[in-house]
Amino acid sequence: MVVNLFYFLVFPGLLFAAVTGAFLSWFDRKITARVQFRKGPPFLQPFYDFFKLLLVKETILPRYGSPLIFLIAPIFAVFGATMAGVFILLPLLNITTGFRGDLIVIFYLLTIPSFSYIIGALASGNPLAAVGGSREMKLILSYELTFLLVISGIIMKCGQHFDLYSIIHAQQAGSPFIGSISGVLLFIAGIFCIQAKLALVPFDMPEAEAEITEGIFIEYSGAAYAMIKLTKYIMFFILPAFLVALLMNGFRLEGINILWAILKVLSVVLLLTLIRNTNPRVKIKQAVRFFFLWMNLVAIIALVLIAFGY
Amino acid sequence: MGFKSYCFKKSLWVFHFGGASCNNCDIEILDCLTPRHDLERFGILLVGSIRHADVLLVNGSINIHDRERLIEIYNQAPKPLLVVAIGACGCTGGYFTESYTFAGPVDKIIPVNVYVPGCPPKPEAIIAGIIKLVQNS
Repeated sequence: MVVNLFYFLVFPGLLFAAVTGAFLSWFDRKITARVQFRKGPPFLQPFYDFFKLLLVKETILPRYGSPLIFLIAPIFAVFGATMAGVFILLPLLNITTGFRGDLIVIFYLLTIPSFSYIIGALASGNPLAAVGGSREMKLILSYELTFLLVISGIIMKCGQHFDLYSIIHAQQAGSPFIGSISGVLLFIAGIFCIQAKLALVPFDMPEAEAEITEGIFIEYSGAAYAMIKLTKYIMFFILPAFLVALLMNGFRLEGINILWAILKVLSVVLLLTLIRNTNPRVKIKQAVRFFFLWMNLVAIIALVLIAFGY
Repeated sequence: MGFKSYCFKKSLWVFHFGGASCNNCDIEILDCLTPRHDLERFGILLVGSIRHADVLLVNGSINIHDRERLIEIYNQAPKPLLVVAIGACGCTGGYFTESYTFAGPVDKIIPVNVYVPGCPPKPEAIIAGIIKLVQNS
């Protein structure tokens, strides 16, 4: 019990994932600044932002909405992201959970933050938030099938194992899955799914800043918005870590391999940041088309190649 | 200096309210975010929603219609909120003081923390104003 609480609150869970995610979010902003020939924010900027929102600012409740659901939704988002983080990071750090089938649980837990954002946005009673919420729903509908196909491809590739621990060990015993043609195709589909899950720029229409002024988060202020920032930090760490676990061999935590583990996560985040900085925002119709047609095609080609053993 | 006020100073998010402006000040404000001046190195971000804002930048002369909107925006913002009046029109009314639609300079409508005069003020002057705001808040 105490160990489980420690897992949830401190080490692979809330505190560790949030601090690492905050660092990665600084890395993202710094790389963005360097791409635009700017200097960029200081190292502790995500922590200043979070503590300012949590401790200093006032939280305003909507008058024409449902204040209770409006406030509960961010807490659910933090909870879902942390649970998913624990299930992803425990096998990555070589601690077996003995849970056979945790991939399916991770897949559903990773959708909880997006659903909480939608519920919170619709509870705020703001029309622009409702527009953002409906866009987020369409985005979930479009990327979720591709993400499921990617995960099923991984399951086929490692020989019908449904738990992350066996997948990582199958890769560490053999070779990483990204070393084959089907692995590369799955990586391409997976990285675009992560881009959409994090709502980064080509797929950021739920929170389009110039168009619907932050969309789903428009009414959030103070501590409630700090919880949303916390969820974003956690998701920014666990989704790249999940991709590393699925395709890139996971982490090995002895000697020089720790450096490799850090470099793998940083390179995935760097790729996400570069995609974000070199693409304009697409329309929701184009995003649905992109995932339904092209990314599903890529994932299905990968599945066929896996069935033939490539 | 406490931890709370330190975090607040290090992360000022700015919401830009343009009154009946001639757009010169708007362009100079956007200049502050360009690579040459880059306000993000002080943690300053331009946000889209007033609910996330810590600083309200007001420029342009405030006419009768803007007055209601400015008061509404001010009341919608989460406190503590700092207000910066930019340009001659924002500080005093400037050229438009005797206009029949003029509803008074910004500080007659909402409390103002920092004035940045100029027509338009240079980005350097805006940065100097924000540094003074950070040091005295």
